[in-house]
Amino acid sequence: MHHEEVFTDRNVSESSAYYYVDIENYPTTGWDKFKQVVKRTFSGELFVGLWVVLREMIKFDIHTVQYPLEKLPIGPRYRAVHKLLRLWESGYERCIGCGLCEKICISDCIRMDTRIDENSRKEVTEYSINLGRCIFCGYCAEVCPELAIVHGQRYENASEQRAHFVIKDDMLTPLDMLKAGEQAEYPGFGAIIPGSDASVKKTPLAY
Amino acid sequence: MDVAFIIETIAKIVVILLIFSALAGLGTYFERKVLAFMQRRLGPMHVGPFGLLQVAADGIKLFTKEDIIPQNVVKPIFKIAPIITAATAFMASAAIPFWPQFTVFGYTVHPIVADINVGILYVLAIMAIGLYGPLLGGMASANKWSLISAARSAAIFISYEVITGLALLAPLMMVGSLSLIDINNYQAGGITHWIVWSQPVAFVLFWIAAFAETGRTPFHLVANDHEIIDGFGTEYSGMRWGMFFIGEYANMFFISFVISIVFLGGFGDGTIAGAIQLLLKVSFFFFFFLWTRAAWPDIRPDQLMWLCWKVLMPIAVLNVVGTGIVMMF
Ligand code: SF4
Ligand code: SF4
Repeated sequence: MHHEEVFTDRNVSESSAYYYVDIENYPTTGWDKFKQVVKRTFSGELFVGLWVVLREMIKFDIHTVQYPLEKLPIGPRYRAVHKLLRLWESGYERCIGCGLCEKICISDCIRMDTRIDENSRKEVTEYSINLGRCIFCGYCAEVCPELAIVHGQRYENASEQRAHFVIKDDMLTPLDMLKAGEQAEYPGFGAIIPGSDASVKKTPLAY
Repeated sequence: MDVAFIIETIAKIVVILLIFSALAGLGTYFERKVLAFMQRRLGPMHVGPFGLLQVAADGIKLFTKEDIIPQNVVKPIFKIAPIITAATAFMASAAIPFWPQFTVFGYTVHPIVADINVGILYVLAIMAIGLYGPLLGGMASANKWSLISAARSAAIFISYEVITGLALLAPLMMVGSLSLIDINNYQAGGITHWIVWSQPVAFVLFWIAAFAETGRTPFHLVANDHEIIDGFGTEYSGMRWGMFFIGEYANMFFISFVISIVFLGGFGDGTIAGAIQLLLKVSFFFFFFLWTRAAWPDIRPDQLMWLCWKVLMPIAVLNVVGTGIVMMF
């Protein structure tokens, strides 16, 4: 029933639909005032108003979004609660534990812990974001060299407890979802520019 | 005065009280729905099917809410003011015929509490007393917004009483009776006999004044939310506030009945069809109150006074004089 807004360019430019309203000067003499009153009384503007609202009622083009049941589509680049992505082929976590996100975070809300595992790979054991402090600036997503930490679309993060930080398990794409192909690349802040494959050059091996 | 008469009258009073209290509640529901649809919203949706039980939810809320009497108010006056509004609204209904007389089990019922021969005068007088609700409530509230609202309501009600009275004078001169039943029977001959055709100016004037009497948009400045919060109702809570509300909505229904009966033929010849027509007319006028609220802006108090004394009152006087001259010759 409700109408979905198409995401378009909403920048206000000179060619956009804004225009100045033409307001006549107020009458000063008594006779002019009288003429204005008569004109306004018999111009039927009040009935235009009545018709406009009645027309909308008859058309019944309701724009209400019954929020918890229906949701508006959200922009793909929206910066909501974070996600940790996995590698498509192997299913390994993309995060290499470099700590750049922890370092750059301006509200200092990312905490992580790493260790070297049996295969001599660096493994991220703990990874948490204190959403109470996060300002959703997107720096972590931008700085991440592996496109591992990105923003998701989950914006309902009200909680009864301040301690409900987002921990690694909440953010990491579960393996079954990855296998079902449900992990989506993030087109927003820090993501690869479309068409960047073309600009990648082969590493010259002749060093 | 026999017992049957007393019992019948009490029964009628109870029925009217119940029906119109319920209607006042339903009126708020319709108002929300109509306003919502006109603004492309859905209105109440969650309590009951299509939000119908919202009325019950609101009622429970109002009844169970704490009755706060603020510290600096003039307590006795503050307490009775809402009762004045609600009571006068219902008292005014005593002289209104809601339905043509009908017969059940050989007993003729007149659905009017008291067919007094000054019916319309009584209705107007009691509605005028209704002014004391907002006036006293606002003045006793120790709140500046309430005080402004009280001043406005006194000015508006008193000014527009003049319009109501003068507008009604012309039709009453033609009918020659103040009883609403007589006025109704005068127009019983069908749609061509309706007073609105012979008194269109009086009809429009009375209709405009009805907006001021009930304090509805565009004359809603007694409790204009964006200027003076809820006006005289600002300090009220719970059921006291609810009584102002019931009074306002009951008033809207009763004034709709009065307009329909005086100008649009009422229940006509007294058949069921006529009675249903009366209900349709009343529904239209009630709907119109909601309709204008969605469509029209509010006007300033000075504009309202200007409209009353410089435009409507001269027209009303001319209308009365004109009617008199026509009737003389
Ligand atoms: S979005 Fe900004 S504030 Fe939030 S975790 Fe990332 S860098 Fe820190
Ligand atoms: S910047 Fe990316 S790869 Fe480095 S620790 Fe943060 S999430 Fe992991």
